[in-house]
Amino acid sequence: MSEITLKINGNEEKMAIGITVADILVKYNLDPEAVVVEVNEDIRLKDVWNKPLVDGDTLELVRFVGGG
Amino acid sequence: MNEFEKGLLKYFSEDDLRTIQDIRVGIAGAGGLGSNIAVCLVRSGFKNLEILDFDVVEASNLNRQYYFMDDLGKPKVAVLKDRLLTINPSAQIKVFNTKMDRDNCVDFFKEADIVFEAFDRVEAKKMVLETFGGSKRIIICGVGMAGHKNENELKIRKLSGRHFIVGDGETSIKCMPPLAPRVMACASLMASIALECVLENKTGGRK
Repeated sequence: MSEITLKINGNEEKMAIGITVADILVKYNLDPEAVVVEVNEDIRLKDVWNKPLVDGDTLELVRFVGGG
Repeated sequence: MNEFEKGLLKYFSEDDLRTIQDIRVGIAGAGGLGSNIAVCLVRSGFKNLEILDFDVVEASNLNRQYYFMDDLGKPKVAVLKDRLLTINPSAQIKVFNTKMDRDNCVDFFKEADIVFEAFDRVEAKKMVLETFGGSKRIIICGVGMAGHKNENELKIRKLSGRHFIVGDGETSIKCMPPLAPRVMACASLMASIALECVLENKTGGRK
């Protein structure tokens, strides 16, 4: 198996083994300062964004914009 | 029970009203979203609110926030508290006229069942979800409600069972002005999620 399957914002995506949250933010062109990440329903803070994701992980990426 | 609360019994059973009244709510920000969320909640029977904001009322707020000409220059949270008490004089409204930051944020809303993210700036909005999202609390965030165009539809996005993102997800006040119709619609949607969670028994405790 050279790939893993992740669910990102509801869509299944094939990714390389060892991919991290940090890699995914680059791939999706998301500003780390404006994004909150949930992995398997838990908030994942920036200090563990370099931890490799595993097959079947479910991610929610929330990009904030100003206004309130 | 005061006259206002007796009036609510036309719409809620006594049990449901008691359930709503027992819920503790924290609102981070008392601007366009926060002030209108608070009014919606108190009108819906909520009576335990904590509201935090460091700002004073400015003329440019009056297009969408629940403040009036006489309020100019006054702290938003103080004015809002008075206004909420005119809706329900028995409400318990605790206000913090202060700025929330990464160092002090954990000190607020410790007892809250539901936290509303109603801040303006991206960094502050992110901080609220990251800070309070680690608990079993319900977190309701507002993201994208600027401008006057409805091509960007206001939606409710459910993350985990406890976290909700409300808005179009796109329109930033960097590019478009905040205007009453969409800001108030977003605030109302946010308040309606709280009401649904409470009445459908999804609040799930504090820890």
